[in-house]
Amino acid sequence: MSKTCLVVEDSRVIRRVTCTIMDGFGFKCIEAEHGQEAVEACEKEMPTVILLDWNMPVMSGIEFLRKLRSMPKGDTPKVIFCTTENDFSHIQEGMAAGANEYIMKPFDSDIIKSKLQLLGLIENT
Amino acid sequence: MKKEDFDLFADMVKKRSGLVLTSEKAYLLESRLMPVARKLGLKDLEELAASLRNKRDEKIMETITEAMTTNETFFFRDQKPFDQFRQVVLPHMLKVRANKKSLRIWSAASSTGQEAYSLAMILSEEAHKMPGWHTEIIGTDISHEVVEKAKAGLYNQFEVQRGLPVTMLVKYFQQKEDRWQISDKIRGMVQYRTMNLLEDWGPIGLFDIIFCRNVLIYFDQPTKSKILERQSQVLAPDGALFLGGAESVLGICDKFKSVESQRGIYIPTVCPADMWKAA
Repeated sequence: MSKTCLVVEDSRVIRRVTCTIMDGFGFKCIEAEHGQEAVEACEKEMPTVILLDWNMPVMSGIEFLRKLRSMPKGDTPKVIFCTTENDFSHIQEGMAAGANEYIMKPFDSDIIKSKLQLLGLIENT
Repeated sequence: MKKEDFDLFADMVKKRSGLVLTSEKAYLLESRLMPVARKLGLKDLEELAASLRNKRDEKIMETITEAMTTNETFFFRDQKPFDQFRQVVLPHMLKVRANKKSLRIWSAASSTGQEAYSLAMILSEEAHKMPGWHTEIIGTDISHEVVEKAKAGLYNQFEVQRGLPVTMLVKYFQQKEDRWQISDKIRGMVQYRTMNLLEDWGPIGLFDIIFCRNVLIYFDQPTKSKILERQSQVLAPDGALFLGGAESVLGICDKFKSVESQRGIYIPTVCPADMWKAA
């Protein structure tokens, strides 16, 4: 079965860049503009990994994450926050809510690769 | 770049550090030395070469050598060697040093310190298995500048996101404005010092584990042999040497042998191989 990635991000440009990077690592990408759209996507099918922005309209990343972890099979996707919220307290809050990893923006493909390796989603080459 | 200028830089760097620069590395030399030339108020590498010929200034030679020998590294680089350290070598050491309760580790060519600090973080995670143990990690590098950076333990946002799990970041670092500093506890576990692998190592003592990863690849064969021979003299007979994935002792030094199914780990030839299986 192919690996899927849900990119939850309100910036279209960042969504596209992230999808291009993830595509290069062999993930089929699904896009969501905010947390609510992401909930709907997860209700249809749980992805392998979710790259999650924090600040978004309609439903924020942290609200989405709490909701996700309470959904049936909501514990299965690996969640990587990908945000400009780069301070210690946000990182702790995100991890406490159930994130598996945390990327501080700006990021590059090396950082995404490193996080995917740490979570065992791609091989360490 | 003129051939005589390239040769001048390459010869000097080789003499001082052992680093071999072949002509296909001219781009590397240019990209690394242009900032050095500008810093000295010189227009280009031709002027830098002329300045070197005229003055043989020690400070300029040191700056050029440092610029050429500084290599990128990151926390838990390649992951596998650190898993081997934690799951294979450390349990072995806990067994064979159970009475002595002492462990000395050398991170050779430690660059900006990520390798040595990664080892310190693992030892901290495993501390509950080592009550009363004395552990010492020594990081050495030819470059004074990177040794100072390693001592400070301050890293930018990119550096703490490559290889380092966020749980370790939260546990072992403090945020200092836009940078992250490794905790005093971890910093206190590592001593850094400037040392040229080609020169006198001084009273460095005997180590149980040596990490010398992705270092030998930069040297020519005789230099590799010389360094490995000397490392065999400062490694305990039941100790372990970690080399990089593209490095080997084969045909270079007969003082070490590989460990079955543990790629990258080498042990002194005098050590019985089954000692590791039993660990």
